Parts: sequence; structure tokens; C-alpha cells
Amino acid sequence: MAQIIVVTSGKGGVGKTTTTAALGAALARNGQNVAVVDFDVGLRNLDLVMGVERRVVFDLINVVQGDATLHQALIRDKRCETLSILPASQTRDKDSLTAEGVSRVMEELREKFDWVLCDSPAGIERGAQLAMHHADHAVIVTNPEVSSVRDSDRIVGMLDSRTARAEQGERVEKHLLLTRYDPARAARDEMLSVDDVIDILSVPLLGVVPESEDVLKASNVGAPVTLAAPNSAPAKAYFEAVRRLEGEELPVSIPTEKRGLLDFIFKKRGA
Amino acid sequence: MSFLDNFFSRKRPSSSTVARNRLQILLAHERGVSGEDDTNLLRTLHREILEVLARHVSVDQDNVNIKLDRGQNCSTLEIDIQVPETGLRAQVSTSASDLK
Ligand SMILES: Nc1ncnc2c1ncn2[C@@H]1O[C@H](COP(=O)(O)OP(=O)(O)O)[C@@H](O)[C@H]1O
Ligand SMILES: [Mg+2]
Repeated sequence: MAQIIVVTSGKGGVGKTTTTAALGAALARNGQNVAVVDFDVGLRNLDLVMGVERRVVFDLINVVQGDATLHQALIRDKRCETLSILPASQTRDKDSLTAEGVSRVMEELREKFDWVLCDSPAGIERGAQLAMHHADHAVIVTNPEVSSVRDSDRIVGMLDSRTARAEQGERVEKHLLLTRYDPARAARDEMLSVDDVIDILSVPLLGVVPESEDVLKASNVGAPVTLAAPNSAPAKAYFEAVRRLEGEELPVSIPTEKRGLLDFIFKKRGA
Repeated sequence: MSFLDNFFSRKRPSSSTVARNRLQILLAHERGVSGEDDTNLLRTLHREILEVLARHVSVDQDNVNIKLDRGQNCSTLEIDIQVPETGLRAQVSTSASDLK
């Protein structure tokens, strides 16, 4: 029986798709059976970030409507045997995702995998609500910036009222993932601090992912950053987050300005 | 106390401090106003207050206004009831009279 995680944020462009791919691949690397599901109908991107865009035949809507079986639509990752992707449709009308259809697909996924990660569309409308409805856990992706924090707050409210768990009087377990964190700007007090965001949202911290060009490079070549550059700073943050999701208790590392020996030498030379 | 610190040190607060303070005020407001729970609470209060009033005085339902203002440290519930002069003198009895 899988744990279902929704990766959500309200605001667009904060790093949901990047995070879904990175966490999914990291869990799979730990030997877990993982499905990542793209709920961003119309603007699908997860297939691209995962590098399987040319292998898409069927999608979530086909399965929801019964035109394809789940087995036909799932794409197995070539780098990581235990990782599968269920892509979203790019063309079809998003109203064709019915609540009952989605429930049926999620139940089937729950039986086949250990973890199911749902990449939510931006916004707080129907699409985002469908993506979160069956979740046991929510990874709330937030940038240290006012509009992102505000939107995350709306999402927190919806997780507490509009999900299957909420309807049964239970709770979706919420985790705050701060991404695109810039240590240099944080040091200059130009950015909300990690503590500020935790304080304002009152959601426990799952991890802090630094702003890094390794993320961009990974998406250029179509690989989750945890597979493309497993030793990079963002990948380490994602691997740490996954250990915490798996129940391990370990302190969250906050990225600091990287002033390695090399930087130091080059600085000296340049001066 | 960061506000006072900034005030006394006469330093301009950093932009991250400004961001935090703005967010705290905004979210305290939004959590209250847009919260469905609050809307439900206000509707229920409105209905029940009218029911109680109707047993003793005649009040139009438009003349009962309830406002909830959620602040960071304390909230105010404002109930404004306008009673027509004749209404107050009306039936003071325990039997419920119909409003509409
Ligand atoms: N930690 C990061 N460092 C640098 N760029 C990032 C990081 N996380 C995400 N991005 C970039 O930000 C953009 C939006 O990310 P994406 O995951 O598509 O967001 P969303 O799915 O929330 O809209 C992409 O170009 C992505 O490469
Ligand atoms: Mg996305």
C-alpha cells in the first residue's frame, strides 16, 4: 500500500515539477517502488524533466476515461528500474479528469507502489484540488518570497479542509520544502529567512534546497537532479528530505554560501 | 520585538524584516476573512440571534449586522442590532412568534 504525496504550492514556477522528479528518483534509488503522476493537464512538464517525453503514448486522462490501462500508460524510467511516470495529457480538456475516475486510478496506484507522488498544477482551482484530494502527505514547495508564502498559506488551508483525509476528520501530513533558497541573499537579510517562513506557515520543515544551476543543467538533459548530479547541493537536500519522509529524524541542513578552497584560490588570483 | 528593536536602533529595517511583518499581518487577516469556518460561524450566529430576538421583539433580518475582525492578538465580534421603536415595546412573552 503506497503513501500518496502531493507536491503542491499554489504559485507557479516555484519548483514543484523539479521537486516531484527529484524526490521520486531519490526514493526509487533507495529501492522503493515509486510512481510520479503529472496532474498538470494542458501544461505537462514532468515527462520533459524526467526525459521520457518521446516515450509518451497514453496519459492520465486516457486511464481515467478507461481508454488505456494503467499498465499501458505507465512509463518505466530507464535509469532507475523502480521508478515509473504517469504523464499528463497536453491537448485534452482538463475537465475530463473526473473525481471518480481519479479516485479509481489513485486506488490502483496505491496497490501497485510504495510511494505515489502527484505533481500539482499551479493555482488553487479544481486541478490542484484533484491532485491533493487523495494525499496522505503534502510537500508544500515554497520560495522565500512574499507571494509564494502567501499562496502556500492558502494551500495549507485547503489541505485542512478539502482533502479526503480532512473529510474523514483526519489530517494530511504537511511538510515545508523551501526551494530556490539563495544563501548569499539570506546572509544580507534580503530574503525571508528559513525561520521566518516556518514561523509564518507553522508547517514542519522537510528541507531547504538552494538555488543552483545544477537544477537547470539536469532539466536540460532530462534527468531528475538527484540522478543527474547526486552530489550537488540541491540533490543532497532532496536526498535528505527523502530520508525524513521515510521516517528518519535528522536535522535539516541549511545551505550556506559556498566558499570552498577553490573559490578562495580563484578569488585571490583574480584580485 | 523586532519592531521595537528596529525603532530604537533607528536603523532602517532590512527588507526581509519588512517582508515578514507584512506577511504576518496579511495572513492573519486572510485566514480570518476568507476562512469558510468564519463565514459559517457568522451565518449561524445571524440566524440564531434572529431566532432569540423574534421571541421578544420584531426585528427585520437586515437590521442585524455581525462583523468579525480577526487580528493577530485579539479579534472583535461586532453585533449591531437596530430595533424599531415600536418593536421594543412589543410582545414580551416566552412563546416564539414568527418572524417572517
Ligand atoms: N533549486 C533550484 N535552483 C535553480 N532553479 C530552479 C530550482 N528549482 C526549480 N528551478 C527552476 O525554476 C523553474 C520552475 O521550476 P518548476 O519545477 O517547473 O516549477 P513549478 O512546477 O512549480 O511550476 C524551472 O526553470 C526550474 O529549472
Ligand atoms: Mg510544474
